[in-house]
Amino acid sequence: MSEEAAALQELTEQKYKYGFVSDIESEFAPKGLNEDVIRFISAKKNEPEWMLDYRLSAYRRWVNMEEPSWAKLHYPKIDFQDAYYYAAPKAKEGPHTLEDVDPELLRTYEKLGIPLHEQEVLAGVEQRRVAVDAVFDSVSVVTTFKDELAKVGVIFCPISEAVHSHPELVKKYLGSVVPDTDNFYATLNAAVFSEGSFVYIPPGVRCPMELSTYFRINAAKSGQFERTLIIADAGSYVSYLEGCTAPQRDENQLHAAVVELIAMDDAEIKYSTVQNWFPGDENGKGGIYNFVTKRADCRGKNSKVSWTQVETGSAITWKYPSCILRGENSVGEFYSIAIANNYQQADTGTKMIHLGKNTSSRIISKGISAGKAQNTYRGLVSINARADGARNFTQCDSLLIGDQCGAHTVPYIQSKNPKAILEHEATTSKISDDQLFYCLSRGIPTEEAVSLIVNGFCREVLQQLPMEFAVEAQKLVGLSLEGSVG
Amino acid sequence: MLEIKDLHVNVHGKEILKGLNLKVPPGEVHAIMGPNGAGKSTTSYTLAGRAGYEVTKGEIDFFGEDVTALAPEERAARGIFLAFQYPLEIPGVSTMNFLKTAMNSQAKIRGEKELNAAEFLRAVRAAAKELNISEDMLKRPLNVGFSGGEKKRNETLQMALLKPKLAILDEMDSGLDIDALKLVAEGVNKLRSPDRSFLVITHYQRLLDYIVPDVIHILAGGKIVLSGDKSLALQLEQNGYDAVIAKAA
Ligand SMILES: Nc1ncnc2c1ncn2[C@@H]1O[C@H](COP(=O)(O)OP(=O)(O)OP(=O)(O)O)[C@@H](O)[C@H]1O
Ligand SMILES: [Mg+2]
Repeated sequence: MSEEAAALQELTEQKYKYGFVSDIESEFAPKGLNEDVIRFISAKKNEPEWMLDYRLSAYRRWVNMEEPSWAKLHYPKIDFQDAYYYAAPKAKEGPHTLEDVDPELLRTYEKLGIPLHEQEVLAGVEQRRVAVDAVFDSVSVVTTFKDELAKVGVIFCPISEAVHSHPELVKKYLGSVVPDTDNFYATLNAAVFSEGSFVYIPPGVRCPMELSTYFRINAAKSGQFERTLIIADAGSYVSYLEGCTAPQRDENQLHAAVVELIAMDDAEIKYSTVQNWFPGDENGKGGIYNFVTKRADCRGKNSKVSWTQVETGSAITWKYPSCILRGENSVGEFYSIAIANNYQQADTGTKMIHLGKNTSSRIISKGISAGKAQNTYRGLVSINARADGARNFTQCDSLLIGDQCGAHTVPYIQSKNPKAILEHEATTSKISDDQLFYCLSRGIPTEEAVSLIVNGFCREVLQQLPMEFAVEAQKLVGLSLEGSVG
Repeated sequence: MLEIKDLHVNVHGKEILKGLNLKVPPGEVHAIMGPNGAGKSTTSYTLAGRAGYEVTKGEIDFFGEDVTALAPEERAARGIFLAFQYPLEIPGVSTMNFLKTAMNSQAKIRGEKELNAAEFLRAVRAAAKELNISEDMLKRPLNVGFSGGEKKRNETLQMALLKPKLAILDEMDSGLDIDALKLVAEGVNKLRSPDRSFLVITHYQRLLDYIVPDVIHILAGGKIVLSGDKSLALQLEQNGYDAVIAKAA
């Protein structure tokens, strides 16, 4: 290869640097979806009868449901029979330690920059430890720091393992925030969910380290159905991060996740997502379809849930992390950065449901559109008649790069309590030629200037991320917009 | 160091500079004066390499290299700095972060080592102190909500840290009160050195009392029509452009 060609390849690869495929021998469920496939998944995970019943009842419901079409998204009809609902690297049965893991898998995580050895840390600013659950297609490869966390009573394990080790907790909480009747994708997930993390923080415990799960889709033509359940018992605290990547492929792949959070009295959950699924190429070919239901139940008084998301990937993002503010004085926060470049479409936002007295919520949404992308903020603030003293602050800012993209803001407000205090602010701006030239004249090249300006635009949200991930996220923001100007 | 030869520049298809010649030797301060719309800002943007300022003829030699085809960031890295007549706001990006990015980018283009965090902080704090810029202001988003005077001081700070070889100051004095003017001028004077030149664009004699130029040029109709020593500024102040230009013609 000539030097020029190599440089060019490096440059194009840099656009999505996680687009490689790992050569792993995998085992699949038969293609398509029917009761046998669900029985297959359940059997693979050696599930108890109650779990299989849960799946089957969801499946029977799903068959009669229709895909939602209210979002501002356009895509060809998904053929749900033309995909694999279970794909897993061939490996020994049962839970494994690092020594049992296929070296090719370890190399994959190394390439992704995810530390699977307990003595390693992310290349962050601070040398703090992060526990990792690594989910590869439909199974968890390894979960680190499990033993150390267990010493303080924190349970952190794959959900398929929790079904066996903590059935009483799973039975009690699974589907208690997002019922299997909730919506088309949530019901599908309830039927076929494969892997995700389970977290339980006992009363009064402050989780001693960041917890994180990395989702990797590798196998072709397979969907991933993440299921995560986090319970913060009274007076506890946990900060959790979810990361996602997938190979660069021509066909679209489905990721339909359900995440449930439960915060009891005085508990706090900080949930951060850096979503970096393959976004499709610059002509709009390929990319992940990301249909996600994330909801938190602030069940206890003085509880708090804070969602922070950096959405840079996916061909399609359909995602509205929400908070049900049930407990008195509970607090819900939603901080979001959604970047859509080329042909990406993002329809994302939040729902804040104020049920309890003196509940408050805060929504800061930063949407960035470039290329021919469409970016929609869709948010609901609902105030129940009994929610005296409820208040919400919403700020939606859109930034446009170029003149072929679109930004849309769709705020819904339903207040049944006349005393509620609701504030809404929205702005739309563009990166001006003047601003760009100002940066250039200081020696800052175009791509870095765009990255700098966009990072500035997103600052309020980036500040919410745990320090370990903020630096990475900033770089990602820049990378996602490469080639969007000039 | 800077030699502009027969420079013709089109903006939006209209010829604005029509054969500009100018030579600035190292260490000298040259002032450009001229009526509104004469092409002063156009000259400064063209030197900095702004897109849309199309050089149709002539060249800009900087240390013997014709820079007309170079991108703005390349010119900046070679030492051309423009203090803007109207500095831009960049929300969410602190002066500190902006400066660090600029210094590191320039170092990278020049193939030099980047400053480490401690070195950078020390340099910024020292320069900020001289210009009476508070720590708080360094942390605020660049130019957002800054007063006119604060913006100009910030431009001076950037210049002090980027250490250009040629600094073009476009109406550095506009919007400054007398104290701020002195402060900015002092800042500039401190940077004067045998290997740094200045191109000072202004409408007023007053700035030139503080930053004393070696040569004054009068720009009108897209070219330099008259050059002289600093007494030229006094003549202008007394008689106006029309009379002085007419007399020269
Ligand atoms: N984008 C543009 N499109 C068309 N004409 C332009 C553009 N920019 C500048 N000009 C014209 O070029 C001429 C020179 O403008 P320039 O800003 O260089 O003047 P100046 O000498 O800096 O004036 P001032 O003293 O008012 O700052 C003016 O007639 C102006 O209208
Ligand atoms: Mg001007």
